[in-house]
Amino acid sequence: MSTRTPPPFEEFLAEHGGGVMRFLLVAVGPEHADDAYQETFLSALRAYTRVRDDGRLDRWILRIASRTAIDHHRRGARRPTPTETIPEHPAHDPEPADAALWSAVGALPPKQRVAVVLRHVLDRPYDEIAETLGCSNEAARANVSAGLRTLRETIA
Amino acid sequence: MTKDIRTLVSAAEARAAARSADALVRSAAERSGEIDVGLGTVESPIGELFVAVTPRGLACIAFEGEDREALARRFASVLSPRVLTAARMTEDARRQLGEYFEGRRERFELPLDRRLMTSFARQVLDATARVPFGQVATYGAMAGRIGKPKAARAVGAALGSNPIPIVVPCHRVIGATGTLTGYAGGLDRKEFLLHLEGDPTLAGM
Repeated sequence: MSTRTPPPFEEFLAEHGGGVMRFLLVAVGPEHADDAYQETFLSALRAYTRVRDDGRLDRWILRIASRTAIDHHRRGARRPTPTETIPEHPAHDPEPADAALWSAVGALPPKQRVAVVLRHVLDRPYDEIAETLGCSNEAARANVSAGLRTLRETIA
Repeated sequence: MTKDIRTLVSAAEARAAARSADALVRSAAERSGEIDVGLGTVESPIGELFVAVTPRGLACIAFEGEDREALARRFASVLSPRVLTAARMTEDARRQLGEYFEGRRERFELPLDRRLMTSFARQVLDATARVPFGQVATYGAMAGRIGKPKAARAVGAALGSNPIPIVVPCHRVIGATGTLTGYAGGLDRKEFLLHLEGDPTLAGM
């Protein structure tokens, strides 16, 4: 596919917003998802005049979202959420029945959490997960299986 | 297990959450000045108008029924792909259009971004912008004003390509016999705009 100017950002947001939000809801948790969503798309907008549309903009935005999710965990609770951006309602109301799984996902190390969500929520291929995490295919697989094993052990 | 993690958030729930978070993205993008083409809409008696404003000024007004996605793609390739709905950037244009249709404004005070015009269209439309509220001019007269008296037909084509109708008042240019002749937005809209401006005739020139 030839590379060309990306679509209007408005169209890009409409096309990829749902997938990015689904990723972030699980990768950073419902209480931080709106914040991370805003950060992800603002980073994308800043770089948008330089990006070429090679038909893989979905990979590009998930890479930015993954970096945002990992940074979010690193910064942890030290950084208060800016009050201006606190939504009236959380981005998602978790089902009480899923509480154990949510807390198990939340306890995973950031890279494992991102890898598990990319693989098992969004069905992304391992080569893409490797590229996103900046590691080998084997390391990507290892992150996913370690994360899954921890989840199984915690829930069991 | 892997099925369970997938069911924590459905695709439909995520889409709904994304649509409400889009408002946060838009306002943060405006605050940080990262939007190169701001989009907005304004209601009017001739249908909902779509406006596009850049840091240079108003670049486009489109009538209801025009293909807005196609226009946004044109902005992306000609101006910048950083095209996003922007309430503040478009506020002045939307407000002044509202005032015009309420009969409270005869002159628009808006900087214009003329990058969507060809250089010939720019000459014609600059001359058109000087035809005042409540007056009309003929295609031939406009050709004369740009120093090309035989170019009435080309002038008509340039007016037809006007990306900023209403504010650049191409509706004030009519046929030599006083007929309205043509309008990219449709003759009904041209008639409405001229009626709003007091039904000017060539006799009043």
